[in-house]
Amino acid sequence: MNLFSFVRKQRPPQSAQTAKDRLQILLAHERSGGGAGKADYLPMLQRDIVAAIRKYVPIEEKDVDVRMERGEQMSSLEINIELPQAASPKAG
Amino acid sequence: MTTEPKNNPPLGRVIVITSGKGGVGKTTSAAAISAGLAKQGFRTVVIDFDVGLRNLDMIMGCERRVVFDFINVIQGDAKLKQALIKDKRLDTLSILPTSQTRDKDALTKEGVEQILKELKAEFDYIVCDSPAGIERGAQMAMYFADEAVVVTNPEVSSVRDSDRVLGLLSSQTKRAETSGAEPIKAQVLLTRYDQARVDIGEMMTVDDVLEILAVPLLGVIPESKAILRASNVGTPVVLDGPSAAAQAYEDAVSRLTGSDVEMRIVGERRPGLFQRLFGRAS
Repeated sequence: MNLFSFVRKQRPPQSAQTAKDRLQILLAHERSGGGAGKADYLPMLQRDIVAAIRKYVPIEEKDVDVRMERGEQMSSLEINIELPQAASPKAG
Repeated sequence: MTTEPKNNPPLGRVIVITSGKGGVGKTTSAAAISAGLAKQGFRTVVIDFDVGLRNLDMIMGCERRVVFDFINVIQGDAKLKQALIKDKRLDTLSILPTSQTRDKDALTKEGVEQILKELKAEFDYIVCDSPAGIERGAQMAMYFADEAVVVTNPEVSSVRDSDRVLGLLSSQTKRAETSGAEPIKAQVLLTRYDQARVDIGEMMTVDDVLEILAVPLLGVIPESKAILRASNVGTPVVLDGPSAAAQAYEDAVSRLTGSDVEMRIVGERRPGLFQRLFGRAS
């Protein structure tokens, strides 16, 4: 491990490679999806999710938390919905 | 390093980082200053006002986590809380990214005011990263400011543009338009300062620049390799290990928060002797 890290240090500084990698991932995302349209589907998605859940549980728009992590191989979309304390299905 | 959020009511100070000229280090400074404030324990949010040319997210290293943006919040498509990105390194720091797809007309004075009002109720410092130029984005970034950091390089076009921006700060802002209001506290942050070139007369000195702009000095950031390295990896320079630039930013941040820190001009390689000689000569 030590030997390996020593060898790696001989190469050009890594931060430039990090910069390139970050740009490649980001730009791949921005170029696909055509930049404009892509960024705009999230508010609509959120609205639809809220509408769907509201059929069963009374929630507010603010109870929905959407997170995204864009990766090289795949991106993940994490949606957290805070249900009200007394959340029980309507009229079971 | 104190990162414990304070319990007292939020200070709610709005600081604009502006310059007029592009490429002088506004975003780098906004990132470093906001991280520096957060590191001192202040609840801090940094907002990108450069609509259409989002870049603060890359400098802060959160570009893959942007979901909603400033404009989504102004237009009511998302709640402020949902658009704020919590920094993974400092729990007192949040980032409000701008839109990459809209244009600057999406920024309305009312929308910006409303968002700042909400942020003031939660944060001690609201750092507004202005776009270059003096158009709408820049106007909106400075309009509601309490304080301004005018980022300037010791170079003729940058100093000229800074002078122009200082004029706008004292005329085209809410504080300027409100009679009886205290004017915006504007200070110069001199960046890309190269002591070696100053010593041989190739670069204007700190005093030269201050004499022309006639505003107080917030700090002097030396030209430093640490800046590009930090930007490569998406870390504000004050969080990316010790460097002359990081030290200079930390000093500037302490001055912003009211501490009386001696103005030292740290060279990247050999501080000490040169610094002392310069200190006496100027």
